[in-house]
Amino acid sequence: MKFGVVVFPGSNCDHDAWFAVSQILGQPAEFLWHDAASVGDCDAVILPGGFAYGDYLRCGAIAKFSPVMGAVKEFARQGGLVLGICNGFQILVESGLLPGALIRNRGLKFICRPVRLRTETTSSPFTSAAAEGQVLTMPIAHGEGCYFAEQRTLDRLEAEDRVVFRYLDNPNGSMRDIAGILNEGRNVLGMMPHPERASEPLMGSSDGLLVLQSMAAALAMK
Amino acid sequence: MITPELIASHQLSQEEYARIVSLLGREPTYTELGIFSVMWSEHCSYKSSRLHLKKLPTRSELVVQGPGENAGIIDIGGGYAIAFKIESHNHPSFIEPFQGAATGVGGILRDIFTMGARPIAVMDSLRFGPLDDPQVGPRNRRIVAGVVAGIAHYGNCFGVPTIGGECIFEPSYNGNPLVNVFALGVFKKNEIFYARASGVGNPVLYVGAKTGRDGIHGASMASAEFSEESSQKRPNVQVGDPFMEKLLLEACLEAMQTGAIVGIQDMGAAGLTCSTCEMGSRGGTGVEIDLKLVPQRETGMTPYEIMLSESQERMLLVVEKGREEEVVQVYKKWGLDAVIIGVVTGDGMLRVEDHGEVVAEIPNRALADEAPLYDRPHTTPRRDAPMEAPAFHSQNLAADLAALVSSPDLCSKRWIWEQYDHMVRTNTIQAPGGDAAIVRVKETGSSVAMALDGNGRYAHLSPREGARLAVAECCRNLSVVGALPVAATNCLNFGNPERPEIMAQLVEAIEGMGEACRHFETPITGGNVSLYNETLGDPVFPTPVLGIVGLMKTGAPVTIDFKQPGHTVVLLGGLGTCDDTRFGGTEYAKVVLKSLWGLPPALDMDYEKRVQEAVREIVNQGLAVSAHDLSDGGLAVALAEASFGPAGVGAELEFSSDLRPEFLLFHEGPSRILISTEWPGEVRRVAAEHGVEALAAGITVSGRIAILNQGETLIDCEVQPLRESWAGALEASLRG
Repeated sequence: MKFGVVVFPGSNCDHDAWFAVSQILGQPAEFLWHDAASVGDCDAVILPGGFAYGDYLRCGAIAKFSPVMGAVKEFARQGGLVLGICNGFQILVESGLLPGALIRNRGLKFICRPVRLRTETTSSPFTSAAAEGQVLTMPIAHGEGCYFAEQRTLDRLEAEDRVVFRYLDNPNGSMRDIAGILNEGRNVLGMMPHPERASEPLMGSSDGLLVLQSMAAALAMK
Repeated sequence: MITPELIASHQLSQEEYARIVSLLGREPTYTELGIFSVMWSEHCSYKSSRLHLKKLPTRSELVVQGPGENAGIIDIGGGYAIAFKIESHNHPSFIEPFQGAATGVGGILRDIFTMGARPIAVMDSLRFGPLDDPQVGPRNRRIVAGVVAGIAHYGNCFGVPTIGGECIFEPSYNGNPLVNVFALGVFKKNEIFYARASGVGNPVLYVGAKTGRDGIHGASMASAEFSEESSQKRPNVQVGDPFMEKLLLEACLEAMQTGAIVGIQDMGAAGLTCSTCEMGSRGGTGVEIDLKLVPQRETGMTPYEIMLSESQERMLLVVEKGREEEVVQVYKKWGLDAVIIGVVTGDGMLRVEDHGEVVAEIPNRALADEAPLYDRPHTTPRRDAPMEAPAFHSQNLAADLAALVSSPDLCSKRWIWEQYDHMVRTNTIQAPGGDAAIVRVKETGSSVAMALDGNGRYAHLSPREGARLAVAECCRNLSVVGALPVAATNCLNFGNPERPEIMAQLVEAIEGMGEACRHFETPITGGNVSLYNETLGDPVFPTPVLGIVGLMKTGAPVTIDFKQPGHTVVLLGGLGTCDDTRFGGTEYAKVVLKSLWGLPPALDMDYEKRVQEAVREIVNQGLAVSAHDLSDGGLAVALAEASFGPAGVGAELEFSSDLRPEFLLFHEGPSRILISTEWPGEVRRVAAEHGVEALAAGITVSGRIAILNQGETLIDCEVQPLRESWAGALEASLRG
């Protein structure tokens, strides 16, 4: 199995995601350049954190036009695993792969701190290694991570068991404490917290590794 | 036509102008006058400080590159090296806090990656006026919010963790905040790039952002006092684009891998002027450039404006002839401009052409190396504090402690550092809030610890002792986490050096710093001097800031907080000494007595060094469950801070001392560390081997802190309410 980590100009957690997959999870990983026309032979794609194209407009609003996003959409349509972390989540939302929007944090400030998340579903290729309701600690680091959607959308996400993580102490004002959601096909996850920053004890938590391990398990079953 | 008014408006003296005429053998052109004025500004030439900076130690076995390049370099073993430096952006941050601070971060990051090192850590040393100042409090609050947001904006987007620093409030910074930014990068020891133009005939490339009219004369602005008209200088402040800088970083590091780059320098202060003549001067060559080739984002720019622009995110490269295309292709991949604007020549001249006309022709050495050098008169250091202590007697020591931990200087700075991404790159082992910050180096399996320290109050009372104390504290902070201090960078923030009593502060501080750096074996590998930090004749406290790096094994860090009840608390180094005079610079004097007098705490450098050796051994042998150095606020504040951890564990300490209660609790004598341990016997054995006192002072307990002396209870209070006021104080005072 091979993980592809997309590099947009301005991605800055690309190396961290690559490191977590290749050095800690122990699976092959390679970088995918933003103008790539396909995701090549990758079996899973990670859209990493950062400030794609500077994010001087709405976060992710430019990245969605990059050639690689066309390839990622096609890959997702065919059922490929796509994990969007932080800026990657914002890009997935802008691209229409996930519903809703991510707006300025309630306090209007960038926040970097470890937060506690409740695992709301284990019925996904990203959380199968976790226990239902398991509380995970991972850091957030964002200025625009307040999840926002219409009531109808929120109701539907909940009815379809597509809310993957909720904050225990909502740091940014996200509606219904949502920290991460799945698409309808359950093969695309967007989350604001950084699993790659919580992938070894030295970082203060290894809980994020569960996400990567779940993905590896799902790929191994294919 | 060069008039005396024009010369004065360029902040050049008549003598300096005469020197220019004699060096050129003719009158300068307008463009040349501008070029000289920035290169000979205090900011670029160090003309007032150079003579004294020579007194600093700069070498050791680990120093690969000392002062004189973009950053100092230290060998960290395993074939790797680190580059680091601290720089000020004080003047711009006062005029435009957000952009001033942001471009301060941008500038120091370029200094690091222009040498080929990837930045892995940033820290900031900040000084502001009081937030509750009756007149200028609202402005100070705005400056704090702007500076913090600016640092966050730039560092977070660029993708470098901001992992620590310090933030102090003092009226002397009301009209002149200090924003000192430290950055550190890592690279292979055999892949270092220097800012030298060598190889006659090699092309000179301009890469990165286009040149605009922003920041013209920034270096000269940074070399003048503030007046009431300073807000009109806002166009002198540059505007930063961290996204562009991120692209520039990746493109430069990738271009360096081609092997075609001969020399590279960032365009920081004095922009194109400084980079061309310094690269030529260092390479012993000339540089010839044609301004019509320089990418410009505004129309109608004059040669003067192009040469003096301080537009950000630009680099100057010298490339091996014939391999230009390889390098240009890398920058194209990252969407950046990379154009040939000139060539390296053999005649040692900086020659600037514009549309076929030579607009400047100056020997590089005249600009870079033959700048004026002043031995400015210095008398006794300025001070406006009495020697004698006022009469004081505490009514309530617990209330004093509560006031101290919720004071702006000592309260939690979480509100600041949570706005910084301090984890990106997944190397942060000790995040902000510890005595020293630690990042691992993935490539070597070892870690680098770093700390920034400076105390303007101490330095105001005695610049020499204040500087020595800053070095000692910085080294102590590193030792507490188990790191061996190996090298330093400094940022010297002072007032107007043309005033002999200010110059005396500078000279004494440099000498004191030199003494301490020699003693603690931490050579100065570079840094920055920021003078003219005055507004309307009011200078800032002399503020020498030290940034020191230490080396250690990678592992879970020993943190400052108590972990569980029942551990023995040891005061390594002992209670120390104090008297009325030596109490005048403490936070207690500032916060409780609202006063400043006497002298800073006395420092015994030999004893300090032994304490540091002892604590390193204790920590590295795994004997310490927690370790925290005593500094601002003394023993009681250190004890409170150690109890503010997630476990909510405090301690009960008992002494038998003749010190009066205020001194025992709050004096700031150095060479002391509060340790909690399960192995007090072992800790005392190590201490004894180093000839260091280790007082078994008490035991950790749940939820309470208490200090007794000779059977009398001085302080006995709950941790929780104290912690809450400590945690929320900064945000509350920022709300005004």
